[in-house]
Amino acid sequence: MSYEEVILDHWRHPRNKGRLPSPDASAVEANPLCGDVVRLELALRDGRVEDVRFDGEGCAISQAAASLLTEMIKGKTVEEARGLKDEDMLGALGNVVKTRLSCALLPLRALRKALGLGS
Amino acid sequence: MLNVRGDFPILSRMVNGHPLVYLDSAATAHKPVAVVEAERDFYVRAYANVRRGVYLLAAEATELYEAARAKVARFVGARPEEIVFTRGTTEALNLVAWGLGETRVRPRDELLVTEMEHHANLLPWQELARRRGAQLLAARITSQGELDLGDFQSKLSSRTRVVSVVHVSNVLGTINPVQEIAQWAHEVGAVVVVDAAQSVPHMPVDVGELGADLLAFSGHKMLGPTGIGVLWGRAELLAEMPPWLTGGEMIREAWIDRAVWADPPARFEGGTPPIAQAVALGSAVDYLQGIGMDRVHSHGQGLTAQALEGLRARPYVTVYGPPDPSRRGALVAFNLQGIHPHDVATLLDQEGIAIRAGHHCTQPLHRRLGIPASCRASFYLYNTPEEVEQLLAALDRVKETLG
Ligand SMILES: Cc1ncc(COP(=O)(O)O)c(C=O)c1O
Repeated sequence: MSYEEVILDHWRHPRNKGRLPSPDASAVEANPLCGDVVRLELALRDGRVEDVRFDGEGCAISQAAASLLTEMIKGKTVEEARGLKDEDMLGALGNVVKTRLSCALLPLRALRKALGLGS
Repeated sequence: MLNVRGDFPILSRMVNGHPLVYLDSAATAHKPVAVVEAERDFYVRAYANVRRGVYLLAAEATELYEAARAKVARFVGARPEEIVFTRGTTEALNLVAWGLGETRVRPRDELLVTEMEHHANLLPWQELARRRGAQLLAARITSQGELDLGDFQSKLSSRTRVVSVVHVSNVLGTINPVQEIAQWAHEVGAVVVVDAAQSVPHMPVDVGELGADLLAFSGHKMLGPTGIGVLWGRAELLAEMPPWLTGGEMIREAWIDRAVWADPPARFEGGTPPIAQAVALGSAVDYLQGIGMDRVHSHGQGLTAQALEGLRARPYVTVYGPPDPSRRGALVAFNLQGIHPHDVATLLDQEGIAIRAGHHCTQPLHRRLGIPASCRASFYLYNTPEEVEQLLAALDRVKETLG
């Protein structure tokens, strides 16, 4: 019984968790059915994600995915961040069972919302 | 101990490399071979539409369909003409809310439910209240997860037209005192509806003893097929209610501009009913009666007591509902400290253990408990003490993995 090491690692040691003092973009996404919530805050400079924080609560997969996502986009251009696909997120998480895809993709939905894209 | 596992072929399948440990019978129960065969047999030997053909096959199919109704009636101590076949509990409750809404509910009247209702026994009354300008009230639960009877009584008044309560909560496991509730409700002239989805499959239920007026349950939770459920109603009440589905086979006479309804139960069975499913439900009733509902009940209580004790012995577990297993149905909802129920269920699934995680269609109850979701293990006649032990041991491993 276990999750992928990357999920356990980010669940136990979340990266970039907290709030930014004055974010340039932010969004909250929630899954009301299970109570997962993820808030993403971005500091943007010269078309890049200069800094990012996440906050939230919920299952290990949604929170680990949020933590991992902050690492994936930090320092990237806004265009690169916008271009992230579901498969990129799922690939980075390793093996996510199909019953939990909505947990795994919740943070990415928050990112798209923060960047003004439909989820 | 019951020894019935051999009757349930699915229980010997493997899940993720482990033998299946199915602890989600409150969501839906598995089927014994006898029930699967009964449905197949009906299609192979006697299938035709009911109540319309004049040929032999149609007569035989109708007889089998009506025989199933009689079996279900006997099972809950009712008369066959008081048994309406529906698609399930949800449809039965919607049918009742519609019918009573037409005959009994006026603006500013009140409807009373409880905080522990399944959405199936909440939303139909919400809709009725909205449609008729009535008010929907919900009696509170105590910190022990039982119905707060004082609050219930204080919300009951001469304006209350309908009281609708769950018999056994699908989350707390609480067995509600329907007899008392019915007495109080009748004193103010209210109609009493019971959501028996979690009681009829697990314990002896006699509608006469309960004293309610209408009662709903689902076939698929009591070893029967999906797509078939039951509404029991007192003859006088069924007779006063208008139909909810209009169309074929539910009228006595029809003209271009009007129709005269058939008597119940046909009035509420518009269209071709789930015929084979009704026949197979009859066989599920036979199967349960062959074992005896007293034995089914005590088996479930034994497993529940064992699970409660094991869960309570684990300091990282919070258990919901009454502590006394004799006051509960065959299920336990719980949470592991700091671990989301979906993670618990996913990790248990890796070992072949199937439990439910989520809000179990009781969002207001979960809000009242202050949690977004919970885990639920539920038991039936085919579960064993070994499976309960497997669950408990696996929870320790979940705790180690994510705690
Ligand atoms: C207490 C309760 N009421 C109603 C229902 C709804 O039953 P069905 O989905 O079979 O209509 C359920 C089952 O989920 C239940 O547990």
